[in-house]
Amino acid sequence: MSIETRKPDNQLERFPVQDPGLEPHIERWTDADKSAGDRAYRQVLAMLGAVPVLAIAFVVIYFAVPRTAFVDIFGMQWDALTFLLGLTGGVATLLIGLACIHWAKTIMGDEEIAEDRHSAASSPEDREAFAAEFAKGAEQSGLGRRKLLGGALGGALGLIAVPAVVLFADLGPWPTAALRKETIERTIWAEGVKLVNDITQRPLRASDLEIGQLVNAQPETLWDHHGTHFQVEKAKASIIIVRMDPERIKIPESRVDWQVGGILCYSKICTHVGCPISLWEQQTHHLLCPCHQSTFDLSNSGVVVFGPAARSLPQLPITVDADGFLVARSDFTVPVGPSFFERDSNNDFVEGDR
Amino acid sequence: MAKPADVSTASPALATERPPKPGGMPSGVTGVATWADERIGLASLLKKNLRKVFPDHWSFLLGEIALYSFIILLLTGVFLTIWFKPSMAEIEYQGTYQLMRGLPMSEAFASTLALSFDIRGGLLVRQIHHWAAMLFVAAMTVHMLRIFFTGAFRKPREINWLIGVGLFSISLIEGFAGYSLPDDLLSGTGLRFVDGMIRSIPLIGTWAEFFIFNGEFPGDLVIPRLYMVHILLVPGLLLGLIAAHLALVVYHKHTQYPGPGRKDGNVVGYPLFPVYMAKAGGFFFVVFGVAILMGATMQINPVWNFGPYNPAQVTAGSQPDWYMGFVEGAIRIMPPWEWHLGGTTWSWNVFLPGVGLLTGLFIVLGAYPFIERWLTGDTAEHHVLDRPRNNPTRTALGVAGMTAYALFWIAGGNDILATQFRLSLNAVTEFMRVAVFVGPVIAFLITKRICISLQRADSERVLHGSETGIIERSPDGGYSEPHAPIHIEEKYTLTQHVQNTALQITPETDGHGVLEKGAGVSRLRALMSRWFHGGAIEKPTAAQIEAADHHADGHGADGHAVDGHDADGHELTDSEESSQASR
Repeated sequence: MSIETRKPDNQLERFPVQDPGLEPHIERWTDADKSAGDRAYRQVLAMLGAVPVLAIAFVVIYFAVPRTAFVDIFGMQWDALTFLLGLTGGVATLLIGLACIHWAKTIMGDEEIAEDRHSAASSPEDREAFAAEFAKGAEQSGLGRRKLLGGALGGALGLIAVPAVVLFADLGPWPTAALRKETIERTIWAEGVKLVNDITQRPLRASDLEIGQLVNAQPETLWDHHGTHFQVEKAKASIIIVRMDPERIKIPESRVDWQVGGILCYSKICTHVGCPISLWEQQTHHLLCPCHQSTFDLSNSGVVVFGPAARSLPQLPITVDADGFLVARSDFTVPVGPSFFERDSNNDFVEGDR
Repeated sequence: MAKPADVSTASPALATERPPKPGGMPSGVTGVATWADERIGLASLLKKNLRKVFPDHWSFLLGEIALYSFIILLLTGVFLTIWFKPSMAEIEYQGTYQLMRGLPMSEAFASTLALSFDIRGGLLVRQIHHWAAMLFVAAMTVHMLRIFFTGAFRKPREINWLIGVGLFSISLIEGFAGYSLPDDLLSGTGLRFVDGMIRSIPLIGTWAEFFIFNGEFPGDLVIPRLYMVHILLVPGLLLGLIAAHLALVVYHKHTQYPGPGRKDGNVVGYPLFPVYMAKAGGFFFVVFGVAILMGATMQINPVWNFGPYNPAQVTAGSQPDWYMGFVEGAIRIMPPWEWHLGGTTWSWNVFLPGVGLLTGLFIVLGAYPFIERWLTGDTAEHHVLDRPRNNPTRTALGVAGMTAYALFWIAGGNDILATQFRLSLNAVTEFMRVAVFVGPVIAFLITKRICISLQRADSERVLHGSETGIIERSPDGGYSEPHAPIHIEEKYTLTQHVQNTALQITPETDGHGVLEKGAGVSRLRALMSRWFHGGAIEKPTAAQIEAADHHADGHGADGHAVDGHDADGHELTDSEESSQASR
């Protein structure tokens, strides 16, 4: 089948200017001038000749330059080995390429040639021959006479996929309601757990915090966990403690005893996609997530004031124990981190709740 | 039991007949070639393809850069796997990097530090690998734009376009998986974002999250799993798709830009052997050399500055690798939309800009060739590329898409913009929320006007030639600029394109009052088609060109080599003249 082009009524309409055919070949300078040709030849040889030199330099550098050596270039410290190995190896590789391209452009024949193109489709004869062969095969297969064969094979192939898919059911534990309650819906915070500084692990007293201060904290019990459990619990239990002037913040009735003299405690995990938040604007009491800029008002129970997050930041109810240390009164009252499908977050704290 | 076919017991041994020595080959080559040919029939395989013609153009190198970057990624990636340990097991670091001695970290992070500080050349290869990944996605993106704007996706190349879209989409997954492996603070933050994105999928989000992470984030299996995805699953898919992509390029033969002697029925260029072997092979070394030099001189992903992953920390200014920037931007500017239905939460604020935008992009890209075909009704094969101006609506759509992508991408740095230019972060975000919708519309309108202006300029050039820059004064005091006729080759190039016209509504009944079924054109399709073809300038007809040539010849006879108007006794502006010519 020849290439089907939409043929207008006359060829003049399709091509108002007749195709003048390929441009005449213009002789290259390197072909016309012997010395220019010789120069190109020498250039290619020089480029290829430099490659072994650089390759040897690479090997010498690999063994001779100490791993810890640095060089100062442009006022920056460069790792000498990385820089020198890359320089010799990179330039050598580049020269091979440049030499080949220079060779192709200046020395190899440069006459453009045209090749005919055939339609992607097969010829009508080929199609007929194929159809005939197909019919023969189909006839031999017996599918036409014993019609259930095809359906049975299709069904068998379809259903054999089911065991293959089922094999993946153990990819991870199933987040049933019971498991969710044990995992994403709880943290290790509980009544009486001390709030400790996340670096020094020292328990915090109310007197350790001044107005305007923010402290990153963890539950004291976090270090009872190790390895994966440690990371999983840390990913949920991280908190920030802020102290604000009680006169300048809104505390709803239901949360009056969640704080200690203007010391409030919130989950550090953003309710948007779970980044740890701690960009604290002291004067506005806003907390900004550095990942996607959701902004929460900590002076107003952590409601969202800007950005893509849809839920308030969960607040951890705290109090002071007999020794004067800040402790949790319970776990978070709502799950921390991003919302998930199975739980309606509509009843979480919103602006105006009491 | 099937009866065995007759086998002649007395069959003569297959004698290899040595053909006469082919002339013109060095004896060493002949020996090897003969050996191979006797075993795999090399000569008949290569006789046609050895001198296969490839057209020359810089924009055809973009796909090559992507291909070569992929090869570099395979080579450097193998090197990295020799030392990298894809394990989230916690160990205490005791390596060379003093600042982290004694810190608890995952084996993945510790082995990345070892590769960077203890293995000679390890840091170089790590950096080449990361830069090559950047190049790979970038080259692929620009290559795709070239294909789009020149209409190279049209019949018979729609399947190859779809393969390309598939390659593009899984490359993003490949890049993201690789970025997550070192288990540093930045990549861990990216992984946590993906955890949130997966969780936002309606109905199955929590299940998908638990299945992928083996429970809660971060768990201890996600890095080994991503390692498998990164070094086995996706590279295997990429390799297969790239092979199919190239096989189809060979089968269809490369497209070519319009020009004299270039037709849909031929391909003009240089032969594979030796010119393209040298040029394309050489170009591989150029790309590799540049990647090595980038790895040697430009630091990338210095994980030792970020530290091991800590789920309680994040750095301000955290951003993904560039190719995920548009998703990041969409996530940032999305308003906080959530639905609450019957005890469930639908997190549109994360799902739409994350999963929705990515899948939407791939669906639109994949569907475009078929949408355009629906609008033009064009069933012909195309091997000569479109000049972007000759399809103004497609070009404008492409630029609108690029604008949307760029705006989303810029929004991914809204915090950086705000701090660098001392703007309000909130104002930047609010602005981007509007700009991502308005910007593409403005870009569409401007691009379409520019294309139409360029078409008009082409038409002027064909009919009136090029401006000479000489101002002539006529005896009665008028001034005019004579035009020099352009060469026939340029004239052909400017007029060879197909002039598509809008589809007309097929009447519901034909001449005999019989209802037509099937191939008709509905009112909607005709309307959309009219919009698609709207505004395009009709290319000059043969009659107009002849008239214009004649007009020029008339003056050429009196000694003027150029198309002057001075002897006419009146002055014509170009537009007056073109309207005259079209009469």
